Amino acid sequence: MARHIVARTSDIPPGGNKVFGVEGRDIVVFHVNGEFFALLNRCPHEGAPLAKAACVARLTSPEPGVYERSRVGELLRCPWHGWEFDMRSGQSWFDPKRVKVRSYPVAVESGEELQKGPYVAETFPVHVEDNYVIVEV
Amino acid sequence: MSDVIDRPILAEEVAAQSRLRIIDCDVHPSIHAHSDIEQFMPKRWQEHLRTYGSHLRTPYIGTTPYPRSSPLIARRDAWPPTGGPPGSDLDFMRKQHLDPLDIEYGILQVLDLFIFSQQNLEFGAAIQRAINDWQLAFWSDREPRLKASILAGQDDTEFAIAEIERCAKIGRYVQINVCPRANEPLGRRRYWPIYARAQELGLPLGIHVGGYGGHAPTGGGWPSYYVEEHQSNAHTMAAQLTSLVLEGVPERFPNLKIVFIEGGFGWIPSATWRMDRHFEAFRSEVPHLKRRPSEYVKEHFWFTTQPIDEPDEAKHLRSLIEWVGADRLLFSSDYPHWDFDDPRYAFKTPLTETERRKIFNGNARALYKL
Repeated sequence: MARHIVARTSDIPPGGNKVFGVEGRDIVVFHVNGEFFALLNRCPHEGAPLAKAACVARLTSPEPGVYERSRVGELLRCPWHGWEFDMRSGQSWFDPKRVKVRSYPVAVESGEELQKGPYVAETFPVHVEDNYVIVEV
Repeated sequence: MSDVIDRPILAEEVAAQSRLRIIDCDVHPSIHAHSDIEQFMPKRWQEHLRTYGSHLRTPYIGTTPYPRSSPLIARRDAWPPTGGPPGSDLDFMRKQHLDPLDIEYGILQVLDLFIFSQQNLEFGAAIQRAINDWQLAFWSDREPRLKASILAGQDDTEFAIAEIERCAKIGRYVQINVCPRANEPLGRRRYWPIYARAQELGLPLGIHVGGYGGHAPTGGGWPSYYVEEHQSNAHTMAAQLTSLVLEGVPERFPNLKIVFIEGGFGWIPSATWRMDRHFEAFRSEVPHLKRRPSEYVKEHFWFTTQPIDEPDEAKHLRSLIEWVGADRLLFSSDYPHWDFDDPRYAFKTPLTETERRKIFNGNARALYKL
């Protein structure tokens, strides 16, 4: 897997997302509660753009009439048919063994580290004071 | 059920989709603002709309307003950048739907203002008439790919006939729409004048799911959840197919063509098998039927595909298509609603080239004389 510097952390506001073309794929990077998650920008069902998905909480019910919300903002709800996927793993909530969105490892590294390493993007203006979002594809 | 899509979209996939022009039999345009239809309404009804709005026969407060599953039951990516509700911006509809999916024709299905469910029949008639005019002025006149349907609320049969005559004279509509949730089942004789006129005019009768009649949407009563009610669309369509066939509508109107819209098609085989079997036992009760119910279904009815049922095994969908018959199916997307079907991915089983041509284009072209 190659590492691709896709953005500054400040480019993607909290609760927001941005789509990047990486090796012919459209990859969407979400910023949730200070963490970044990268997924293929297509629902595995009919190809809807997940960048338009709702970022929702995991809603569970141990028994009828009792409802619990957790992991607020970490579940994706597809903009078309409402299929839910776990942003961390890309796994579908209703059928995790059979249906998942491809997810990609994401790292945040400081500009200083990037300057030292082999992955400095020539075309990116690198400011050592910033942090960068790196997606492995 | 699908595997992970983990690859770029290939150039040849885009090419394949454009090889077959698509006739989409269920496209929903929306009113951008009430002022858009006011120009087609007498002052008296403009004031009524502003003062009283809809009077619907629903049992619970809050059962009709949106959202339902998704704001305005719409795809989250279908909100026009220019503002207004999904389906209200023609340019955006062209850019998001008609152009990229290579839609040759889209048949318009208007649901706004609960036109078929108004209990004030004169108000209902006024907004049906306004929306019939609006469909041409705002959509078909500006975009020749979009074809209008004559909305004719069947509970006021006299008005419905007058509206059908008025629109038929204009000559630009491809279908006459009535509602599956009317006061009585669709096979009842009170509605037959509409069927007689549709047959004479050679216009198919379209029946799109939805509406708020006075009856519970399920045979078991009023459901608690939207997911239950959504499921009931198929039951309602099955009940109306049964009513139309067994009360003798296709027998009485042998050239009438009937299209069931947005009811899917998974339920059809068992509904017709059951009707046939019962017909053998009960035929003396319905001697007006000259043939088995399934024969009427095979000759008089068409079914739009969305929402397509998705069995765990693709071969079961394959069997469904064969049982219903590729001749009876019309592709529909339901754009811009949340359960939209993308023509490239909706069928989770391979279709032969002949089947594809029929379902995506040929059947609708012949039926609507496009």
